[in-house]
Amino acid sequence: MLIFIAKRFSFMVITMAAVSILLFVVLEFSPGSVATKVLGQFATDEQKNIWLEQHGYFDPLWQRYFVWAGNFLTGELGESHRFKVPVGEILWPRLWNTAVLGFWTFAFLIPFSLVLGVLAGMREGSKLDRTISIISVLTTSIPEFASAVFLSALFVFGLNWLPGTSGMISGFDFKQLIMPVLVLFLYDFGYVARMTRASMAEVMTTPYIRTAVLKGLPYRQVIMKHALRNALIAPFTVIMLQLNWLLSGVIVVEFFFAYKGFGALLLEASLNQDIFVIEACAMVAVFVAVATQTIADIGYTFLNPRIRFS
Amino acid sequence: MTDISKAPTPSALSALRSIAILRESWIGMIGTGLILFWVFVALFAPLLAPHDPLAILQPFAKPGTFHVKSGTTLWLGTDNLGRDILSRVIWGARTVLIYAPLATVCAYAVGIIMGLAAGYHRGWWDTVLSRIGDIILSFPVLVLYIIVIATFGASGFNIVIAITFASAPGIMRIVRGLALDLRNRDYVAASQTRGETSFYIMVVEILPNARGPLIVDACVRLGYVIITIGVLGFLGLGLPPPKPDWGGMVNEARGMAMIFPHMTIIPCVAISSLVLGFNLLADGLREVSLRD
Amino acid sequence: MNDPKDNHTAPVLEIENLCVSYFARSGEIPAVIDFSLSLAPGESVGLVGESGCGKSTVAMAIMRYLGNNGDIVDGSVRFQGRDMAALSEAELRGLRGSKIAMVYQEPMAALNPSLTIGDQLTEVPITHASANPTEARDKALNMLRDVNLPDPERVMDAYPHQISGGQQQRVVIAMALLGEPALLLLDEPTTALDVTVEAGIVELIAELSRKYGTALLYISHNLGLMLEVCDRIGVMYSGEIVESGDMDTIFSQPRHPYTLGLLGCIPLPHSDKNARPLTAIPGQLPLPHERPDGCNFGPRCGSFAAGKCGVDAIPLAVVPQEAGSPHHVRCARWNEIDPATSLPAGDYRPPNEVGDTVLEVDGLQKYYTVRDSSLRAFVTGKTVRYVKANEDLTFNAREGETVAIVGESGCGKSTIARVLMGLETATGGEVRFQDASIGDVTAQERSPDQLGALQMVFQNPNDTLNPSLSIGAQIGRVIRKFGVERDADRVRERMLKLLDMVKLPLEFASRRPRQLSGGQKQRVAIARAFAGNPAAVVADEPISALDVSVAAAVSELIMDIQRDNKTTLIFISHDLGAVRYLADRVVVMYLGRIMEQGTTDEVFSPPYHPYTEALLSAVPIADPTVEKRRIVLEGDLPSVLNPPKGCPFSTRCPRRLGDICDNELPAFRIHGDGHAIACHIPMDELEAVAPVIAVKEHAAE
Repeated sequence: MLIFIAKRFSFMVITMAAVSILLFVVLEFSPGSVATKVLGQFATDEQKNIWLEQHGYFDPLWQRYFVWAGNFLTGELGESHRFKVPVGEILWPRLWNTAVLGFWTFAFLIPFSLVLGVLAGMREGSKLDRTISIISVLTTSIPEFASAVFLSALFVFGLNWLPGTSGMISGFDFKQLIMPVLVLFLYDFGYVARMTRASMAEVMTTPYIRTAVLKGLPYRQVIMKHALRNALIAPFTVIMLQLNWLLSGVIVVEFFFAYKGFGALLLEASLNQDIFVIEACAMVAVFVAVATQTIADIGYTFLNPRIRFS
Repeated sequence: MTDISKAPTPSALSALRSIAILRESWIGMIGTGLILFWVFVALFAPLLAPHDPLAILQPFAKPGTFHVKSGTTLWLGTDNLGRDILSRVIWGARTVLIYAPLATVCAYAVGIIMGLAAGYHRGWWDTVLSRIGDIILSFPVLVLYIIVIATFGASGFNIVIAITFASAPGIMRIVRGLALDLRNRDYVAASQTRGETSFYIMVVEILPNARGPLIVDACVRLGYVIITIGVLGFLGLGLPPPKPDWGGMVNEARGMAMIFPHMTIIPCVAISSLVLGFNLLADGLREVSLRD
Repeated sequence: MNDPKDNHTAPVLEIENLCVSYFARSGEIPAVIDFSLSLAPGESVGLVGESGCGKSTVAMAIMRYLGNNGDIVDGSVRFQGRDMAALSEAELRGLRGSKIAMVYQEPMAALNPSLTIGDQLTEVPITHASANPTEARDKALNMLRDVNLPDPERVMDAYPHQISGGQQQRVVIAMALLGEPALLLLDEPTTALDVTVEAGIVELIAELSRKYGTALLYISHNLGLMLEVCDRIGVMYSGEIVESGDMDTIFSQPRHPYTLGLLGCIPLPHSDKNARPLTAIPGQLPLPHERPDGCNFGPRCGSFAAGKCGVDAIPLAVVPQEAGSPHHVRCARWNEIDPATSLPAGDYRPPNEVGDTVLEVDGLQKYYTVRDSSLRAFVTGKTVRYVKANEDLTFNAREGETVAIVGESGCGKSTIARVLMGLETATGGEVRFQDASIGDVTAQERSPDQLGALQMVFQNPNDTLNPSLSIGAQIGRVIRKFGVERDADRVRERMLKLLDMVKLPLEFASRRPRQLSGGQKQRVAIARAFAGNPAAVVADEPISALDVSVAAAVSELIMDIQRDNKTTLIFISHDLGAVRYLADRVVVMYLGRIMEQGTTDEVFSPPYHPYTEALLSAVPIADPTVEKRRIVLEGDLPSVLNPPKGCPFSTRCPRRLGDICDNELPAFRIHGDGHAIACHIPMDELEAVAPVIAVKEHAAE
């Protein structure tokens, strides 16, 4: 078990290293283009050369990578040439905003999709099952930007209930959080609910559920004690990996509602070639994704005694 | 992204037969109907579109406005530049139905080769390919697209490459899982005992029997690729502007959504209905294959 | 089977004219038709039949657990006088698991993988006897002792996957008995287990049902097992009871042609492949929605009379007899058929001529490496361990001869097949086939002639053919691959000839595997194996996945082809009955090693290796005239990762001598002409034991 955890962590470190190399090579392979991005289109070659000299860009690629990676590990993320401030200063508050968004999404997503998925899977083919299945196909088929459009048309322009942007210019406003959370919730809900439903439906057809029923146990106990435990192993992994998906959704939603989060920062940085911000954002995103995957893997083995004790 | 546990068994039927039995699944029928509708629209775009999608007619026309100059009714109105939204949606169908299947096919070609190699040969191949796949899959997809496209520029070719790069590992995982299962079948052992080459076994003995789950996965994935192309368009990273593209249409009209909601709602309905079509078809296929 | 006249014991279970149907999209599919049964307290009744005959549906109907698409359409099930159909859900729950309990086919699947065994056992008394957790735990522990599980305390805290299959089934039995049921339903409880483990479970069931006075309904496809457990028996065919009565009556005076046919298919100690070959029932079981008019068995019956049998459904008739429970038979012509003369037996066939040695295996070793990633292995440095699947195997096979390799799961018998076929290469030793060394030559490196000369028939008929290709294409590919024919027309001609050889209609060439039944697929697999005129064929459990009547036909077919082609047959099996019938020589394996080998007669009579002796005793024999000495092995098979140091069988051997068995590997001792036994017990002591199987009298002759 300890070895397993050690293995997962070493894999995590290797992945991070591989991704960082890839990212570094893609973005900083040619020093000339880096200088153009940092100093702008109209900088002279001389200016560029001075800048490159100052920042050690004439060293070989591998050497530059290690310097870069070392700086990264010590929290030295470089400076945003667009905002002219250290990257950390803009990155951390943005990340916090996104964490708030993600937290509320999960706070609704997990109970709703698990409960509805379980209810649907419990009695496969029932009316409830069919209704939930259709709703979940529908919501997974609507991209986040489209549901944002539809919901805005209804709640913002039609009914005037909610604000249409979530810039939070005059401080934190919970009302402005509702639309982004709702959009993210809708898109991910269908996926998690379907997974849970499939997992539950499969468990319900297993011989050990038949054993439990034919033991004369009350239906409640069959579900709560015998079915749920096994049925929730798969959705657990899915939910953890959903964080990865959420990161994608967050970019769209933050862009749409002008929410000052991490995703919007990454997008702006990419559109403006703000190279050090891109690097920092990408590494953070990969770290979050890989870390949740590691936690999901370890959690899975704890949930599943067949793996835990072998 | 598909649920493999519920996917059909490899023994399940040829694709043609599955589609024939779809008659028994109304969900699958609706899905097929939606897809066929958009395929028809895309195929006959030049005949169906009342106007040139790039022609500037009359800006900010609401749906149903009569356009005097051409003597036609603009059923879905025009956008901020005065281009006919109906024509743009029709031509947009063509764009999406070219790039999405192309990207999916490329991703499948790479994914199947990698998956067969990893799943059938096991050992060293498997370790290396699976690790690479895991690393790519651990990358949040959209972040990947944004970086790739922001770095290399937005073009149809780059979009296809980016989607292939990001989707192939997922397909590899599925193919690998199926191959790992199928390689233990007695008929594979039988072909090994008559000295068949690995290539023959992979292509004749394993791949055809994995097609059931792969077809279902392909439908779901195609839907997802359509969403991805839409999202990239919406974020301004899609095809270069004049080309009609549903995501891009939403992006351009975003600022005017309050006054002219039709400009954003219509392309959104288009993309959602097409994705829904593929998801329903996948569900129908899954349902039919489970019934046997 | 109406209830006996003694009224002082009211029947536990009365089933009258029960009809159960499943409802599919294509319409109603009757699974059980006109089924009646009465079961007195403490009585045990067997239901026997081939797959799909509806026997399991009867058990589920008794429990009123038929799923969403199944329903009782007619008749009634009364349990202790109460109509099960009239019970409310709550009343039904009160009966299930307490008054009526069930034991299932797959113990591993029947237990919840994520709950401890203690949790799953204590539920029963907590639910039905309102016991508190401590009482429930005590009860469960006692019950685990009753089912002879070693170390019950440890088992209580274990998860199902941590104990062996035999132990899992004991847990399931304990769970069923915890509610002190009046009726125990057993649905193929030992089918998934090895024979020696099966013997222990069967003994346990018989013992416990006596102890607790439980009535048993024992469902199985194995007539031999029935004989050991049941008082009465019902034979089912295609949803109906075709014959029922006392055990002895059914065996000695069967009336229904199907029962007769079934008895003629089972290899018994006195059947002989040359003198008294088995006779298979022609044809195959009709699908539930394609049943014929009139008698369901009609199309396969030798006594079929169109006007009499093929019109209306046949009612159950009572066969008059002096004593015992009533004998029923569902045949329109039962009084015209004489059981004594119609017990089928095939014609005499001359024995095969045995030629020169074709295959020689000398000191074969096959090790698999297993990586152990546990912390302990990491610390001790033993991260790589070996599974010795085959260790020091030496045997040979001659032209036209059938050599059987027999053993339980994990004994390494399938590994031999894989090495012979070049799917794996040997770790050590030598394999010589037709004077060429092939032990370390993979299939891909062998020449087409070599490949064609040594082919294989696999176990699972549903797995043996590629579902995506037509039958003709699959056979044709083999013909071309082995270079037998190249020209397309001649390949086709040869392919049709092969189909004809395995007695399949020629139009099967264009069919897909899913359109064929299991037996038909296995025939295609045989045709494929014989495409290159092989000198030797390895058959790995070729008939064990088939129903009895189909298995007989397939094994007869293999023998006919073998006889015509002078093929050497390496027959790998766990089924001693089939081995005794089919093989000329037998190799008995245990944990990767050969325990005993010799001619079939030598191996099946004393002197025995103690393992062979136990194996012979464990195999159920469907003949009431045979008497067996009971030897039930304790414990389970040791792990292949950690085999005993000395004799592999020392941990379970009932005749273990002492330390010598634990520490020293016994050498082979030769008895007579090549009969070799690896055991420390002196040969004269081994010779002194009585035969395990003795035939009381030859009733049939």
